[in-house]
Order: sequence, then structure tokens, then C-alpha cells
Amino acid sequence: MLIKRGRIVDDPFLALADGEPAPQSGAILVSLKRFGAEKDALLARGFPLAVRVAAGESPQSLSDDVHKLAAVVLLVGYFKDGRAFSWARLIRTRLGYKGEIRISGHFLKDQIAFFSRVGADAFDLSENISPEDVDLALKEISNVYQPSVDGRRTIPELRGRMNERRRLAS
Amino acid sequence: MYRYDEFDSRFVHERAEQFRGQVARRLSGELSEDEFKPLRLMNGLYLQLHSYMLRIAIPYGTLSARQLRKLAFIARAYDRGYGHFTTRQNLQLHWVQLPKVADVLVDLAEVEMHCMQTSGNCVRNVTADHFAGAAKDEIEDPRILSEVVRQWSTLHPEFSFLPRKFKIAVSGSDADRAAIMIHDIGIQIVKNDEGEIGYRVFVGGGLGRTPFIGHEVGHFVGKCDILAFLEAVMRVYNESGRRDNIHKARIKILVHQIGPKEMRHRVEAEFAEIRQMGVLELPEGEIARIAAYFTPPDFEALTDECPEFEAAKRSSRGFADWVKTNVHAHKMPGYAIATVSLKPIGKTPGDCSSDQMDALADLMDEFTQPEIRVTHEQNLVLPHVRRKDLFALWQSLDTLELATPNHGLVTDIISCPGLDYCDLANARSINIAQEIAKRFSDLERQHDLGELKIKISGCINACGHHHVGHIGILGVDKKGVENYQILLGGSGAEDASLGEILGPGFDKEGIVDAVENVIATYTDLRQDGERFLDTVRRVGAIPFKERLYAH
Repeated sequence: MLIKRGRIVDDPFLALADGEPAPQSGAILVSLKRFGAEKDALLARGFPLAVRVAAGESPQSLSDDVHKLAAVVLLVGYFKDGRAFSWARLIRTRLGYKGEIRISGHFLKDQIAFFSRVGADAFDLSENISPEDVDLALKEISNVYQPSVDGRRTIPELRGRMNERRRLAS
Repeated sequence: MYRYDEFDSRFVHERAEQFRGQVARRLSGELSEDEFKPLRLMNGLYLQLHSYMLRIAIPYGTLSARQLRKLAFIARAYDRGYGHFTTRQNLQLHWVQLPKVADVLVDLAEVEMHCMQTSGNCVRNVTADHFAGAAKDEIEDPRILSEVVRQWSTLHPEFSFLPRKFKIAVSGSDADRAAIMIHDIGIQIVKNDEGEIGYRVFVGGGLGRTPFIGHEVGHFVGKCDILAFLEAVMRVYNESGRRDNIHKARIKILVHQIGPKEMRHRVEAEFAEIRQMGVLELPEGEIARIAAYFTPPDFEALTDECPEFEAAKRSSRGFADWVKTNVHAHKMPGYAIATVSLKPIGKTPGDCSSDQMDALADLMDEFTQPEIRVTHEQNLVLPHVRRKDLFALWQSLDTLELATPNHGLVTDIISCPGLDYCDLANARSINIAQEIAKRFSDLERQHDLGELKIKISGCINACGHHHVGHIGILGVDKKGVENYQILLGGSGAEDASLGEILGPGFDKEGIVDAVENVIATYTDLRQDGERFLDTVRRVGAIPFKERLYAH
């Protein structure tokens, strides 16, 4: 089940293995390696294109082409491998990408809040994660200590505002 | 000391409830042990040989009397009436029950404490100089930065699933009492020629299977930039640290493989980018807010002249002995720092009973000590004692078995829990520490030997810091039998160095004789007033080896 920005949606992309021919029409998902090799042809199809980045691959090589993509899918091989957190952040802040960043593969619901903070906005949920779990995961800890891609106000900022209000009130 | 506001308080309570849910999922079978493991580890819960072990964070080793009483209560209510202070300035309870852990977390939250990130592949509890705010040579109280780092690293979204654990230590003085050179990141507070305070940052130190001394990666990082700089180091590590082999996953291996120069280059590139974005710039207001919590107590105007103190030293030999090693210079006249030894001869290094904790909390009230510190050498410290109170304090500590006059001496041994508790261990360490302490219990002899740091680990993971012991002891498993190797010449202080293995190991009886032999070599070779470590550095390991393996 795919959940994007809090809503259950259909996955529009047909996932292609490397070497598997692209259909005439329709949105497709290809590996970073294939994208590197067949970029021009894949983009020339004129249908939405998504790229899958495995944990061991830096998305840095997408560079400005990232803006031509309909989604970047970060594949988590095993939940303990935390590189995808840095990749999502890099895609948002260094590459400036505004489109969908989807987390796929083996991850725990306990990681969803972290992924969301570093810029992921879509999740391929496994059977044991429900949309309600996602909802809870995103709100069970109300505040955050450090700034991240999500731009949420941090606890130091909230303190500053609260102290300012108290100062004005007194 | 730092006090939680409503935000901090809400955070730890929500975290405790979150963990309650995770425990329930584990108990119901929804989470496999493998999936539960990183979640419980991030809340300080280990599975050991006999039971779960809960590691309670004591940020930068500072506790109030109220917190100490709560720890006493928790150790009594949920464990066997004692806890174990560790080389990370934390407290470990070795016999907790899984279904009760969330309750412990709630109890801790009531006194502004937690177990967050005392384990797991994340930024661990930040440690600092235990003489913070009291040391004569201090540039700035290291706990201010430590608290800033604690908050920034708490549930950091990008760095909670690192290749391996990540330890940060802060020192505010030239003398290094926080062992910063053997941390993943060690921060030394420094002052530049313009009189500005900044940070010198070392990266890639560490012990374990492959020990390294840290390399300077930041020469002078400005105060407002420190979080940006730390984030840069963490990002380079998270992206490039090895994940294919747990034994090669620490940042020290990355630094070693790419070299310190390349590490500096990568960190600087990340740092420049993060800095340009500006979001991690630390506002001066926030630094000032946190610094205000570490304002020193109102010291009385006293002088160092204290006739009652001098008289007590003359009249009580025991007190005079204690003063010699366990009392240290304070920055204010008329005050002293007192080390409370958790190393009574023949007992477990670092253990403290609930009764002792309660009694210590009472003493803190009686002698108006707002806080007590845990040291990475597994002792406690009362940081601001009036010299005229020292004798009365010592008398009370003595009745509690907390006044062993051995700080820095041969019986002040660091030891990990070893095979008595830990499922990673290959050999017991506590019994070795006990036997060595008994062998050298004669105080006159201890004083004659002077500063001599013995550190014992029950396995290669080096929780007992054996690489940086003047004499290090490493327990190994030799065909099913406990065997102990000796390392010589390590130091975890400002003159950091790694010890060298002398040769084949010894069995559990032989190791005590071997230590005796090494020490006898020192007393034969030392020149006037020379410390053990200085003799080793002057003459090298060969004379020690020759004598140790003479037959």
C-alpha cells in the first residue's frame, strides 16, 4: 500500500528491471544505474519517470536531472542501514528537489517520523504497517530538538517564542 | 545544573510511552527480536547473560540529590538494590524485567532523566570532565556545550541509524579528564589569540578491536557553528562509514582508511554547505539560556587557610591519607573537590548500593552540594566542598565505605562488568580487579607506587579502556579457559597513547603475579619521582618483557 502525504494512493509507476523494455506509454520506475545509462531515451518518452536509489548508491549523481523526475524512490535494503536518511536530505537540500521522495523496502514504522523529517513524503507500506500506524508515528513525539528538511519549529525556537510571550505579558 | 522546561519534560514522557508501545509489540510477537533490538537499544535496554540490563543516561555525569535518590529507589524497586556506574558516566541496572522498563522510564522522567541513546547505533550520552565548573584550569564549563549537543543529538532524524555507535566527549581544560582523544568526536574548549572561545575538534579516536587516537579535524570552530560542524562530521560518516562489517564500522576506521586530510576535506565541504543554509547556527540566546543553568553556586568568600582542616589532618592519619589522593584543587579559595571512591578493596569497581546512594544524597544536603558527578573512572565527585567541611564529610563517607583513599593509585581500577554479566565478554574482569586490589591493598605501598592506572576489559570491545591503562588487562578466551594479556604504556589523558601488548597471556592466578612483576620492574628502574607511565615511556617495553617472560 502506498501512502503519500497522509493519503492512500495508487502507485502510478510500473517498475522495470534493468534491461526490461519500457512500454510505449505510461509512468515507469527504473534503477539509478539504468537512468544513468539511458537517461535521454527514458525522458524522451514523455511519461512520468521515477528513479530507484538503493541504499549503497548516492543520489548525488542525479544532479540537475532530478528535477525532471516524477519521484525518487529510496530503497531501504535493511532497516538498520540509515543511509537513506542522508540521501533524502541531500535530494531536498543539496539538489533542491520538490517532487515525491518515496521510502520503499524494509523499514519499521518507528522510522517513519525520521524519514518524514528528512524530506520523505511517500511510503510503500509493508503488510504490518497500517495507515493508522503512520498517523501515530508522525505525532507520538510532539516536538523536535533539531532543525531538518521539514522546517518544523524546533524546541529551542518554541522556547524563544514562549519566553518572548511571557516577557510581553509581564 | 540543567533543568527541564515543559518541552524537555513532555519529550521524555512521550518517549517513555512510545517505548511502552514498542515493548507491547515485542511481547505480542508483532516485532521480532531483531526488529525490537535497535528500538530497545535506543532506550538503553540490553539483553545480557542472565537478564535485561538497563543503562540510564547521566548526561555529562551530573546528578542532583533528588535524582540520586530516585536512582536509589529504582535500583531497589526494580533491581537488586544496587547499580553499576560505567566508564560512560552512566548507571547500569543488571537485573530489570522487560515489562517493567517503561515504568522505570516514567519514574526517571519525573526527575528529568531518561535512558535515551545510551546504546544503539546513534549518538550516545555525551560525556564531559567531571571537574566541570570547579577545576582551576577550566576555560569554560564543558557541560554547556554538552547539553547543547545532547539536545541536538536527541532523536536526530538523520543520525539515528548510523553504521555504529557514536560517542562524543567534551573537555573544558588543557588537562584532559574526559578522555576526548579516544572518542569518535572529542571536543576541547580553547581560547584563541583574540580571547574568543571556540572548539578544537578531534575525530576518529576509539578503543575496541582497532584502537586509534583521534585526529584534529577542526582547529578552531566558532561557538555558533559547532552544531553545523558536528552535523558535517556525522553526515560524512553516515554516508561513507562501512556497513558491511560491524568490526570496521566505527568512524575511526573511515578516518584511517581515507586519511585525516581527506576527512578534513570532506567535513569542510559539508560544513560550508550546512553553514551557508544557516539553520543550524546556534543562537547566542540559546547558548546563554543553557549557560545560565550552569552558573556556579554562590561561593562564600573564604581563604585557603583553614586551621581546622590542618588540625584534622594532623590528628587523623586516615583523613590525611584520603586528602592526599581524593581531594583536589578548586578554582575558589577555601573550597576543594572531593572524589568519592567506588573502589573499596575487594569489591566491584563502580558498584553503588541504593543505601549508599540515599546516604550520599543526604550528605549532599548536609554539605549543601547541589550536585554530584560520575567520573569515567567509575568514581563519584563532590565538586564544591568547603575545606573546613572536608573532615566531617570524610567521617561520614568512611562509615559508608565510600572513603577508600585510593584515587589515581594502583587499586583505583577501572573494570567492565565482564563475564559475570555481559554476553559479549570472553572472561571475567571484576574478580581480577578484586584480586589485584587485594594484593596491593597496603596503602603505604600504593603511595610509594604513585599514580598508576590499571584498566581491565573482559573482551576486545574494551569497555574497561584497557588500551589506555598505564597497565591494561585484556581478558580473552583461550580454548575455553579465561586468559589475560597485559598491555603497557597507555594513557587516556591529554598525553593520550595506546598500550602495547607485552606477550602471551596469563591465567587468572598468574595475572596478579604478572602485574606484580611489571610493577617490580618499574620500582627497580624508576628515577626520582618518576610516574610508572613516565618510566615506561623512558625505558620502553623491553625491560618489562624480559623480566616478565624470563623463564
